[in-house]
Amino acid sequence: MNSQAKIRKYIYSITVFFIALSGFAQMPVFKRYYIADIPGLSWLAQFYVTHIMHYIAAIVLITFVIYVLFDFIFKGRGLNTITRIGYFKIVILAGLVITGSLMVVKNLPSIYFNHNVIIVLDLVHLGFCMILLGAGLYSLIMKKKWVS
Amino acid sequence: MTSKISRRAFLKGSITAVGSVAATTSVARAAKSITKGKNEPLVTLLDISKCIGCEECVFACQEANAAKYPEPEKPFPKMYPPRVPVEDWSDKRDVTDRLTPYNWLFIQRASAIVNGEEIELTIPRRCMHCDNPPCVKLCPWGALKQEENGLSRIDSNICLGGSKCRKACPWKVPQRQTGVGLYLDLLPALAGNGAMYKCDRCYNKLEKGEVPACIEVCPEDVQTIGPRKEILKKAHALAKDMNGYIYGEHENGGTNTIYVSPIPFEQLNERIEKGKGKPHLNKVKNMMADGTNLAKAMIVAPIAGLAAAFGKFYLSSKEDKS
Ligand code: SF4
Ligand code: SF4
Repeated sequence: MNSQAKIRKYIYSITVFFIALSGFAQMPVFKRYYIADIPGLSWLAQFYVTHIMHYIAAIVLITFVIYVLFDFIFKGRGLNTITRIGYFKIVILAGLVITGSLMVVKNLPSIYFNHNVIIVLDLVHLGFCMILLGAGLYSLIMKKKWVS
Repeated sequence: MTSKISRRAFLKGSITAVGSVAATTSVARAAKSITKGKNEPLVTLLDISKCIGCEECVFACQEANAAKYPEPEKPFPKMYPPRVPVEDWSDKRDVTDRLTPYNWLFIQRASAIVNGEEIELTIPRRCMHCDNPPCVKLCPWGALKQEENGLSRIDSNICLGGSKCRKACPWKVPQRQTGVGLYLDLLPALAGNGAMYKCDRCYNKLEKGEVPACIEVCPEDVQTIGPRKEILKKAHALAKDMNGYIYGEHENGGTNTIYVSPIPFEQLNERIEKGKGKPHLNKVKNMMADGTNLAKAMIVAPIAGLAAAFGKFYLSSKEDKS
């Protein structure tokens, strides 16, 4: 792996770690299960802090994902170099970005989404997150790459 | 309990009769303005100087919303870890001096000096129905909803009772009842803890073009409901008239509940009893403002990513040429 690919991997992993952590913190579980009692982790139970963190991590992730996508296009590397697990993760990531963006819009003042749409968005966003983490873990263990 | 009932019967018979003529006409007026304000959030105006603290609104609220109250199953399933608090109000349904799952509106009292005379001010307190309600927006399950007429409400069939809405609410309004709701059908020992309850501004009455129960019953016409612009104009005119003060217009970025008081809210806030289920009257900053600002920054993110990729491509192709 060249140094550029390494840096990309680090940025991606760190961003996904923080976005998932702050995302799970949207559910009131870290306090209940003593995790927020661990010194230095009390912010995990502060909903406004985790909300802002999730947004900031989303800004980093979206910028990064778009950068990598267009870098790939500009380099003119063929679509056939993307692996199957790579394609799978791209679809899930796209799903996360789209559902997440819709939820950001939903949170703006004077925006009234249909109640069922909100519930579906919440569940699908959480579902996509679990799938992406699962796929990431699978890639890590099986040493699968995004591109061949 | 008996004293409450007899007091209530007395009030129904006397005060209500006196105020009924005025009340019917104002209720009719209010009902009209509800339909008028279809495309604008509805706002309630509370003239504190008029309230006599009779609690008619409190009982009317309980009566109108009794069918929505929790009926928990007992014994409650054991919850883990043991730090998870059981909150049970089902045997204390007649508590009216604070917000509970069975009491969505209560009267807060404060003594104050007005024109050299010591008087007791009584303030009906309930959910403020914020413009951009953090309780609704931050619920991870979408158990809360905000309607276009500005009210926010909890769907207790979906709520898992994690009480995030209460923590997010600047006034800590929503109240929990353990032993009811969806969590019982999922993993009651490990996740959830009942359901949350609060004022829903009688959404079902509003749907029928009726006014909320507390407004309808008030013998003193303390509350007025109508489209935002109209009510804000009224509130400012009223405040000017009584040389008074306004609360709720800018709190948490704006709410759909506007109080007008003859004495400053800072003073009222010092004199009311505050605590669990007894909200303060502090100034409140817009809790969702940081998120809203970051949302704007988010629009730039894809452009920045594209620009960076293009910059890199441009530089490398220039290098290639040279
Ligand atoms: S006052 Fe609290 S419960 Fe009511 S809408 Fe605002 S945040 Fe929600
Ligand atoms: S708002 Fe009206 S009904 Fe409620 S306590 Fe005051 S006077 Fe009585």
